[in-house]
Amino acid sequence: MSVRVLFFASLADITGTREAEADASQHPTVGALFADFAARFPRLDSYRRLILSARNSEYADAETPVQDGDEIAFFPPVSGG
Amino acid sequence: MVQLVCGKISVAGLRERIAGAEDGAVVVFEGTVRNRSRGRCVRRLEYQAYEAMAQRQLEEVRLRALRDYAIRDIGIVQRTGSLEPGECSIAIVVAAAHRAPAFEACRFAIDTIKKTVPIWKKECYEDGAVWIEGAD
Repeated sequence: MSVRVLFFASLADITGTREAEADASQHPTVGALFADFAARFPRLDSYRRLILSARNSEYADAETPVQDGDEIAFFPPVSGG
Repeated sequence: MVQLVCGKISVAGLRERIAGAEDGAVVVFEGTVRNRSRGRCVRRLEYQAYEAMAQRQLEEVRLRALRDYAIRDIGIVQRTGSLEPGECSIAIVVAAAHRAPAFEACRFAIDTIKKTVPIWKKECYEDGAVWIEGAD
């Protein structure tokens, strides 16, 4: 069960990529998926309380379920305009 | 209409598309790149967007403005990519019968965009660059 994971701004700098694949069967929620990446990239964990997430272009939270084929994005507070 | 673009924004073009003869007020807002920030000289700003989501969130801001304010139309164009000081990064045009709701809806739109639309900017100085995260 594969999902596409996107990182933006400083989070892409930390992970060294803007896009990754993950096996969603191991991580049934957005929070679990984040924890998996935070274990691999410890600097992500220091952002934990600030980081925003989205599932298929809609804002999500840690409890949002992850399903096969989803696009999950993690990003810092926005600064557009 | 809402649009993400990677080249120069035509503010006059947006105004022409949104404003009509039935309007008594047209508010035009331009967000522009400052040449100084946090005491440092800014060479350029690099805007990065989560484009699919940004498009949807901009559309949501437009629909909320049309629902909650007595305006006839609103158009928003946000630029991404590399911008130099003085260049326009966002243009909002609001058309309404009267000025009060036009000003209020424009203020609502830019304030909400800064909180909800997934776009980030990196300030580039002569000696480094910093991601600006969170609205200012």
